[in-house]
Amino acid sequence: MTNKLSRRGFLEASLFAGASTLTASRLAFANAPTDSRFVFVLLRGALDGLSAVPPVGDPDYASLRGQIALAKSGPGAALPLEGPFGLHPALEFLHRSYLAKELTVLHAIASPYRERSHFDAQNVLESGDPRPHGSASGWINRALAALPAGKSHESGVALGANVPLAMRGPAAVASWSPTRIAALDEATLARVTDLYARDPVLSQRLAEALESDSIASEAQAAANADPEAAMTTNENVVAQDAREKRNYNGRYVETARAAAGFLKREDGPRVAMFDTTGWDTHANEGGAQGQLALRLRGLDAALAALKDSLGPVWRKTAVLVATEFGRTAAINGTRGTDHGTAAAAFLLGGAVAGGRVLADWPGLARANLHENRDLKPTRDLRTVMKGVLRDHLGVSGAALDTQVFPDSAAVRALDHLMRA
Amino acid sequence: MTSQRNPFAAAVAANRFGLGARPGELAAIETDPVGWLKAQLKDSPPVLKDASLEPSAATLARALELRKQKKAAGDGDQEKVAAALKLPAVYRPVYIDEAYARFAHAVGTDRPFLERLTQFWSNHFAVSIDKIAVLGLAGALEREAIRPHVTGSFTGLLLAVERHPAMLLYLDNHASIGPRSRAAGFVSRRGKGRKAGINENLAREILELHTLGVDGGYTQSDVTTFAQAISGWSVGGQDNGRRLAKLGGGNGKPGEFFFRESFHEPGAKRLLGRSYSDGGYAQGEAILKDIALRPQTARHLATKLARHFIADDPPAAAVDRITAAWLDSKAHLPAVYAALIDSPEAWEQPSAKFKTPADYIHSSYRALGIPLREKRRSLRAFEALGQRNLSSGSPAGWPDTSADWDGSSALLKRIAWADVIAQRMGDARNARELAPQLLGGTLSEDTDRAIARAESGAQALTLLLASPEFMRR
Repeated sequence: MTNKLSRRGFLEASLFAGASTLTASRLAFANAPTDSRFVFVLLRGALDGLSAVPPVGDPDYASLRGQIALAKSGPGAALPLEGPFGLHPALEFLHRSYLAKELTVLHAIASPYRERSHFDAQNVLESGDPRPHGSASGWINRALAALPAGKSHESGVALGANVPLAMRGPAAVASWSPTRIAALDEATLARVTDLYARDPVLSQRLAEALESDSIASEAQAAANADPEAAMTTNENVVAQDAREKRNYNGRYVETARAAAGFLKREDGPRVAMFDTTGWDTHANEGGAQGQLALRLRGLDAALAALKDSLGPVWRKTAVLVATEFGRTAAINGTRGTDHGTAAAAFLLGGAVAGGRVLADWPGLARANLHENRDLKPTRDLRTVMKGVLRDHLGVSGAALDTQVFPDSAAVRALDHLMRA
Repeated sequence: MTSQRNPFAAAVAANRFGLGARPGELAAIETDPVGWLKAQLKDSPPVLKDASLEPSAATLARALELRKQKKAAGDGDQEKVAAALKLPAVYRPVYIDEAYARFAHAVGTDRPFLERLTQFWSNHFAVSIDKIAVLGLAGALEREAIRPHVTGSFTGLLLAVERHPAMLLYLDNHASIGPRSRAAGFVSRRGKGRKAGINENLAREILELHTLGVDGGYTQSDVTTFAQAISGWSVGGQDNGRRLAKLGGGNGKPGEFFFRESFHEPGAKRLLGRSYSDGGYAQGEAILKDIALRPQTARHLATKLARHFIADDPPAAAVDRITAAWLDSKAHLPAVYAALIDSPEAWEQPSAKFKTPADYIHSSYRALGIPLREKRRSLRAFEALGQRNLSSGSPAGWPDTSADWDGSSALLKRIAWADVIAQRMGDARNARELAPQLLGGTLSEDTDRAIARAESGAQALTLLLASPEFMRR
């Protein structure tokens, strides 16, 4: 009975209501290899790190950036961080997290890729292999597979209809996204399951889908069963709705909340990933207001929603926000920026030893730019990924140097990223 | 493959090269499936004759007029200006008309191979409607620049696409200004500290995505020089035209391609190992004509075609053959397609490609003869299954391998949608009769049996559409 009710509630929330009780094995997430949670947020399109984390104290910043430069003080000024750095004023939640020592800002950071193709750069960032298209699986998946018992159950979830490269590979990873298609009756679903018996790919996918769906609807049922929680949720939803409608990319808030729904379960997946698009600001990028500001506000709201929805599980969580490369140091002819090299990244969460900017700052003087045009990379993004995977999820150093990031023994994991 | 009946090859021709068999189609083509494909290349190009569709120049002219009326909108960021102008109100109905027209055409066409090729090129030259500035123009790019050239030469296709206002606006070339152009001098004298300059977005994506490919041997300096060569490739009737007109050369016809000579970086250019004399517009055109026929371009496109039509990991022999046909024919596309069709690899592995959501919808509509409904309603399936028309979100277009589309959530949505369709069609279609007509020699015993044992006509239809061989092509 409860199940029927919960499913209706689910439908009304316009989430998927497929036959959740049919085959879902409750064993799938049992014996999780770790209690820590990790979220990877990929910003596709190349985030302008010099606007997201403007080095307002760098003597060359303002002149390079012209009309889109952020001010050091006054209206629309950057939010202050340590050293020459500030945060874009749209990133209010991130700034609060920094003050609460739950955010580490990384700057002048890049993957090993040094050309300027979005698509190859994303491929390198997601595969973990320094050569574009060098691997058909992703570093997060291989890290999951390297955990004890990591292969025996689903330990990751990709928020979206399909699984992005970073999450593809030997470990079972489900994808999940809300949909507005009506429910399928269970008898028909059972026959489709039978029909797929001799098709290994489709039968595995369908089993994964039913499992995730079952978890999502149980999460909804739990919320409905607890009137107090439901009330809080509703109030939150109303307030949130009003806020989100003003935000471009408010849709990522829904995604972040769904991710939290999976991660906060004791027997749920430990790792989640979602991606966002629209960062390729070639023209009319804007400064404190404008195109990029709108998107940053959307990202900030999504990350705030993730924390809010995770509740106490936030303490066990680390979130890495990264992009494929940065943008040119100088503004271009159309008040935007072209493809560059080093960018900024964020590591946040209750488990993060934050309140810092980690940057070996190369400076923006022309002589210090990469190929006379881009912020020079002084730190490899893999040092951060390795540090988090090792100290937060417990992936062994040997696995990190070989399986997870091929041929990377020389790239040392950063120490002390996580709270002791 | 002549005169003898070949139900296996017929299914491959209709489902892999086409958009999915319609009842009766396999029987009609099974004596000569290859001939059926090649015949489609011979007639007129696959133009869309729908009088209700507006030329892009007219749509864009309406948008520019709106902007003129509301000068107050200023020249802030594009999205904000677009919103202030209620640009979506002008563009959205145009987009719906365009998306519906291409959907209806895909469902109803008798030359489905040509339509798949059109979709292939449209995706190769992707212009995504998540950028509001092209919401009302993306469909027109396919209709005006791609369709007339699908059976012509790649050079003609390339030129038509790169000159189209949708592409120029999508990749920001319309406002790219050469640093030593007349306009740049004007801006630096009058522009309150502003500096004019190039925007290298279009130039980079032409080299990386449209022609040579990312491993095509170009450098950052080639990108920058190419961007300078095509600076001035713009759109007529822009609102700052009066100011610009002072520089000479006029403002062009509203909404049409316009070479803004005052934006063009003067001087000869050297890139990709060749020199190009200063010829204004002709300089960029000469470079494009040249790179269309470079071996790297041939191989890049041969690989993409083989991936789309044969397998996620395209067989090297087929890629070599298609590359050779490209170079031998000077990129005459029917010769290239013939090399593809004649590749034995394309006929050996049935169901090697997992259908994209759009493929799945098109083939389901064709299979069951599902009647189209009101435009917006008909288009909802694309959004629900994760592939809204013309919205790949990136100039790289939609990805083209199974791993990109066969996520667990995507699969479950597809099955649920199939069930909705099956319920709607109910007893009006007989899955047992349809299955061999749609899947021909690729119909498996498992699917045949599951359909036979279904407990209702609708359930049998769901099983047909959800079957492994219908999920793939």
